Amino acid sequence: MLVSGAALLIACVAFVAYDLITFREAMVHNLSIQAQMAGSNSVSPLLFNDPQAAENTLSALKAAPNVVSAGIYTLDGRPFGTYWRDGNPQTVTLPQMPPNQTEAHWFKDGRLVLVRTIVFQGKPTGTVYIRSDLREMSARLKRYVGIAAMVLLASLVAALLGASIFQRVVAEPIVHLAEITRIVSRDKNYAIRATPTGKRDEPDILIGAFNEMLRQIQQREGALQQAHDELEQRVEERTAQLGAANKELEAFSYSVSHDLRAPLRGIDGFSLALLEDYAERLDDQGKEHLQRIRAATQRMGMLIDDLLNLSRMTRAEIRKERFNISTLAHSVVESLQEAHAKRPIEFRIEDGLEANADPRLLGVVLENLLGNACKFTSKRASARVEFGKMHRNGSTAYFVRDNGAGFDPAYADRLFGAFQRLHGATEFPGTGIGLATVQRIIHRHGGQIWAEGEVEKGAAFYFTL
Amino acid sequence: MENKAILLVEDNADDEALTLRALKKNNIKNEVVVAHDGAEALEYLFGTGKFAGRNTDFIPQVVLLDLKLPKVDGLEVLRRLRADQRTKLLPVVILTSSTEEQDRIKGYDLGANSYVRKPVDFSQFIDAVRQLGLYWLILNEAPPVRRS
Repeated sequence: MLVSGAALLIACVAFVAYDLITFREAMVHNLSIQAQMAGSNSVSPLLFNDPQAAENTLSALKAAPNVVSAGIYTLDGRPFGTYWRDGNPQTVTLPQMPPNQTEAHWFKDGRLVLVRTIVFQGKPTGTVYIRSDLREMSARLKRYVGIAAMVLLASLVAALLGASIFQRVVAEPIVHLAEITRIVSRDKNYAIRATPTGKRDEPDILIGAFNEMLRQIQQREGALQQAHDELEQRVEERTAQLGAANKELEAFSYSVSHDLRAPLRGIDGFSLALLEDYAERLDDQGKEHLQRIRAATQRMGMLIDDLLNLSRMTRAEIRKERFNISTLAHSVVESLQEAHAKRPIEFRIEDGLEANADPRLLGVVLENLLGNACKFTSKRASARVEFGKMHRNGSTAYFVRDNGAGFDPAYADRLFGAFQRLHGATEFPGTGIGLATVQRIIHRHGGQIWAEGEVEKGAAFYFTL
Repeated sequence: MENKAILLVEDNADDEALTLRALKKNNIKNEVVVAHDGAEALEYLFGTGKFAGRNTDFIPQVVLLDLKLPKVDGLEVLRRLRADQRTKLLPVVILTSSTEEQDRIKGYDLGANSYVRKPVDFSQFIDAVRQLGLYWLILNEAPPVRRS
């Protein structure tokens, strides 16, 4: 508004200035014509020295109300005839004409003064002097200034009016909208709404669309929150259930560990007591029955121990670290060699292999796999057990391979089930829990385990970590 | 040398009979006091309740302590023994079915002197008792008796 007002003002000033300059030129021109006319009409009075005729000629200037005074002067500068608008003659000294000029004019004391040499037949005969006031011009200036002021005022008022209407209709709703947007993004509160203008104009449509967007966001936010809450609650429930199940499992295995073995000790202990204290009253058959009872009891004890071990492996915390798995294999083999001292077993352990796993649990894995390899080669004249690393399907797998009894590949997937055995207990002893334990440890490391083999052609167990 | 008593804390009658049999088989002639739960064991050692008036200067040579006991369990018995000046140094051998890690940790943590698992095979149990007797009743020098 300031800018447009200033522009308007500058335009007005320029226009007025231009008009005044033009008007002044026109004034000078008019005065020059009047002077010329008065001059030509005064030629004969001058020639015939008739001042009365000259004054008569000058009195014609009454028709021009702006002429304050006029005078005809003889060549030597003597006043010849004068005219005073208000009829009050004063003495006026003829101003000096610039040399080589027949006419000159100047503005002085709010008056325009014009002096012209009267020329007759190429010779100067006298001088005409006219003084005109600038009332007309100042009136004109006043009028112009008035008009300009009115135009300025009117345009300013119009601009103010327009701005206030614009403010009310467009700016206010948009500022309101911006404020609401700020609050929404700051507080994440999608429940608030922008107030519609109710005028069905563009800002109102914009506010309507904005509110609709907020409504949809609010709806989605609500749905999301609900889903999140439900999920959280479900996770909480599951965690609680899992915790309870885990606790139950722990209590169960603790109880198994304590309570299930006690009766077995009784059975075995009293069977032995019978064999020792009542040997003379038992025949061989009776003694053999008791021996079978004791063997079965001890087997049951082993089963319980293995089961507890399996359950312990499930619950055990995994502490991964980088270690030399070849060294671990060597130490397992050492104890196996002591256990199978009577058999020559050829062990081939690849040296310098590293693994990132829980060394204690990997010890259990190798004890089982290498122990199995020793067990299932027991009927071989030259038993061979290998441990090493190989690449298979882009990943690194460790393996334990033997040239023992092997297994029917059709049952390969049953090898890792608890209590699953592919050989009779009399053929090869065992509880059928070892490989289930191994599998659980490998799975808990995020690895995989699989087996390859053929009946009587050995077996190979592969695992990744 | 005076044969000092063995305190056997055992709730299971079968285990009690078998332990006594194993001791006998190994010719261990020491007096065996049997407490059938933790509370009874504490009463015996501190001369309270059923054993009120017992001369508590006479303390056993070794305690064979089962863990799973009615009323007061084995670990609690151990804790209270270690908290009392009279029994603070008394040798305690935990003799139990379990090899649960938590039991072993707690047992040693509370100041058990040994932790022995009762094997299912009774022949092995007899052997274990023989070694325990040899160690705790013959080889080991008991701590000096403290007068309260």
